[in-house]
Amino acid sequence: MPKVPGLIKGLTVTFGELTKTVTRGAQTVQYPHEKEAPPIRARGVIALHEENCTACMLCSRECPDWCIYIEGHKTLAPPRRAGGKPRSVNKLDRFDIDYALCMYCGICVEVCPFEALFWSPEYEYSEPKIADLLHDKTRLGQWMETVPEFEPYEPGAEVKAKKVPK
Amino acid sequence: MTDLVDRRQMAYIAAQAADARVNVELETEGMTLNIGPQHPATHGTLRIVIQLDGEEVVAADPVMGYMHRGYEKLAEVRTYPQVTTLVNRIDWLGSFANEVPFILAAEQLMDIEAPPRAQWIRTILFELGRIANVTLFLGDMGVQLGAISPVFYAFRDREFILNQIEAATGGRFHPNFDRIGGVKDDLPAGWIADTKVALKAIQRFCDEMEDLIVGNEIFAARTRGIGVIPADIGLSYGLSGANIRASGVDWDLRRDAPCGLVYDQVDWKVWTHPDGDSFARYWVRLQEVREACGIVEQLLDGLPAGPIMAKVPRIIKVPEGEAYVETENPLGIMGYYVISQGGLEPFRVKIRSASFSNISIAPWLLKGTFVPDVITILASLYFILGDVDR
Amino acid sequence: MLATVAAEFAYWQTSIFKLLMAFVAVLIPAGGTVYLYLFKMVSFLQSRLGPMEAGPYGSLQLVAEVGKWAQKEDVVPSRADAFVFKAAPYVVLISTFLLVIVVPFGPDAVFADFDTGIFLALAVSSISVIGILMAGWASASKYSLLGGLRAAGQLIAYELPMVLAVVGVVIQAGTLNMQGIVEAQTTGEIFGWGALGHPFILTQFVGFFIFLIAVQAELAQTPFDMPVAESELVTGYMTEYSGFRFLLFFIGEFATANIFAFLASVLFLGGWSVPPFIMDAVPGLAPQVDGLAAALGGTTGVAEASFSPWFNLIGPVVMAVKMLALTFIVYWVRFTYPRFREDQLQSFAWKVLIPISLVNIAVTGVLKVVF
Repeated sequence: MPKVPGLIKGLTVTFGELTKTVTRGAQTVQYPHEKEAPPIRARGVIALHEENCTACMLCSRECPDWCIYIEGHKTLAPPRRAGGKPRSVNKLDRFDIDYALCMYCGICVEVCPFEALFWSPEYEYSEPKIADLLHDKTRLGQWMETVPEFEPYEPGAEVKAKKVPK
Repeated sequence: MTDLVDRRQMAYIAAQAADARVNVELETEGMTLNIGPQHPATHGTLRIVIQLDGEEVVAADPVMGYMHRGYEKLAEVRTYPQVTTLVNRIDWLGSFANEVPFILAAEQLMDIEAPPRAQWIRTILFELGRIANVTLFLGDMGVQLGAISPVFYAFRDREFILNQIEAATGGRFHPNFDRIGGVKDDLPAGWIADTKVALKAIQRFCDEMEDLIVGNEIFAARTRGIGVIPADIGLSYGLSGANIRASGVDWDLRRDAPCGLVYDQVDWKVWTHPDGDSFARYWVRLQEVREACGIVEQLLDGLPAGPIMAKVPRIIKVPEGEAYVETENPLGIMGYYVISQGGLEPFRVKIRSASFSNISIAPWLLKGTFVPDVITILASLYFILGDVDR
Repeated sequence: MLATVAAEFAYWQTSIFKLLMAFVAVLIPAGGTVYLYLFKMVSFLQSRLGPMEAGPYGSLQLVAEVGKWAQKEDVVPSRADAFVFKAAPYVVLISTFLLVIVVPFGPDAVFADFDTGIFLALAVSSISVIGILMAGWASASKYSLLGGLRAAGQLIAYELPMVLAVVGVVIQAGTLNMQGIVEAQTTGEIFGWGALGHPFILTQFVGFFIFLIAVQAELAQTPFDMPVAESELVTGYMTEYSGFRFLLFFIGEFATANIFAFLASVLFLGGWSVPPFIMDAVPGLAPQVDGLAAALGGTTGVAEASFSPWFNLIGPVVMAVKMLALTFIVYWVRFTYPRFREDQLQSFAWKVLIPISLVNIAVTGVLKVVF
């Protein structure tokens, strides 16, 4: 059998793609009208579960580009048991993440010892002004609703699946 | 007496005039052409100063550093876990491969070995990074030579691989998934099956490129015999990766020194090509993508059960010492020389990136070629500017 | 037919009408092919949908693009030769408009019916080279200069195979007149079988092939797009142009592609006419043999006398269909192949195309005498 010239083969490849697009639709997504769901683990935006935060500053210190700003003060909380002494707790005054600086590396979520930070796959929070990318703790707390449950693992994994506090 | 002097003067002047006339007739002025820093063929901000005689290159001088981000210096003021987020950005197309040698060097200093499952996941992601990286090259080489469609096919099919990387690590481009002592997390359920589907798409893409580019007579005419690198010259310039394998040197660190990665567990082949021209470099990379698909498939089938993290202290302090680890990255050999003085941060990190060495052969290679061949050669050398400038 | 039209309208009225129709004949097909092929077909080739937002299915995208270009600043580089720089796009566009005047769209629907129509077309198509050289030289940019020089060398090299490919058609038709070529294809027979007429693509397929390659090179489309080569010369001679002047180059490029496709369909595919078996099926379409015109031996009168006036309406549609089919090939090839190198292109023209087309002419001449 004589060899088909590569020039002809190339034309059939592109024509095949043309017919595929016409009959089966394009691979692309018409973005504002239809959206692709990012995977559950996608690092879209960081959500803050404020009740768990103790203002320990670990995330702020571990952040490679120092884009987390935390302020807190000590206060007295009501005692756990009736008649006990009031506990001394850290109250969070300010928890800001500057998404204009954030590298989305996820170190803050990883180092948090009290499970106060979570990744949400939401990605639509661009702003016309760069200063508006500084999300304060209310904004970060609102992202908590979009945090999905952790997925189960592949068989053979020994890691325990975590839970998202609601 | 004066007569003689006059005659001498006249002869001198005549000779000068003759010289001048010859120069007027023969000496044409060369042209200096700046390719870059903003040019579609330089994948970023490389500048190549080219002396042209007509369209022939007399001398070429790559000017690097437009994208220098100082990662070696930055790493000195970041803790070990933070460094991986930075080095992700060196070769931004195959990011995961950048983290591995650094983590391996740190593990070597701390005398830790990752558990087998973590090593397998590392190798899988390493190869997925290679596929994502080289797939784009396979299409981009087409666009550098004027065929626009292949690059769209490359973007289309690379998307499947990026989706898998994102599903496992959370980041499409910057996985930041490798940790000292293992990997960050285990694979999500269903990931293995999905990845196999994605690999099918890549294999189909390779077949398409075989028909669309490799088999194309125009492509062959443009690349065969263009930019030939003899093996000894290539080695003396420090070339590595597919660039040197295309010159017939059978040298692949994945097989020869699989430090911390499990390439010895799978059945695969190192591809070489005897020609050393641009076509050979393209062909070798095409075969490597296919081979990488095979490697990943075998690794997915044989993924062992077990933990993914070794016992590592919560705050990582690396004991005093020096370590150099290099791996076979998508672009070539990448190595990290880490010096620790026992602190939280490395004392000094030297990054040996593949593209920097690969581009260094450009002045030798570009001499005597034509302007269109400059583009062919630069495209086939396949460098990434982040990897050149760091 | 022409006589009746001339009787009803004054000369200036027909002139203005022709001028308007020239714009229609240049701009409407250009816009149509840009949308259909450059926006949509190419996107489909690449597994995407192309522009979708402006108008239904992105159909008004071109209007948006023209609006965008029209409002951009008209930048002239400070070291450029301003007058030549500004004039260059117009020279290119003039060549396009001069080309369209010889293309017949029907028995009477022709801007100017020259006896040597195809000769004029091939001559004026070279004017665009001057415009491109002007643009390349006047831009005072090295990339533009290289692009302009490449374009000049390439267009000269490919003018010759194109002319030689056309010679075969001219020998077969026995005339340089475009209407005569159409008529020869409609009324001709292949070895006594005339149901298809005699579209020259069947007997002159070598010439057709060479003509298509030469057109591809003449238009600087991939695989012959070194003058614009985005990845090397950053669009070559157009590098320094912006705004409206870039738009003119753009229109010139795509309109010329269509007009060459029109020329190719006239030369090889039977032009505005349809094959005789269709004409026989539809009453009133079959060409009437006008004894008087034949007896008078009028050169331009032959076609007018023998074809139904309905062809003035059917003709443009037929031409558009043929043009779309040919431009599809042009763009299909353009977005599939990589480009040649400049020297490979020259040697391909001089060592392959020109010898083949010379042999083609010789064979055609011999066969013409034999049969």
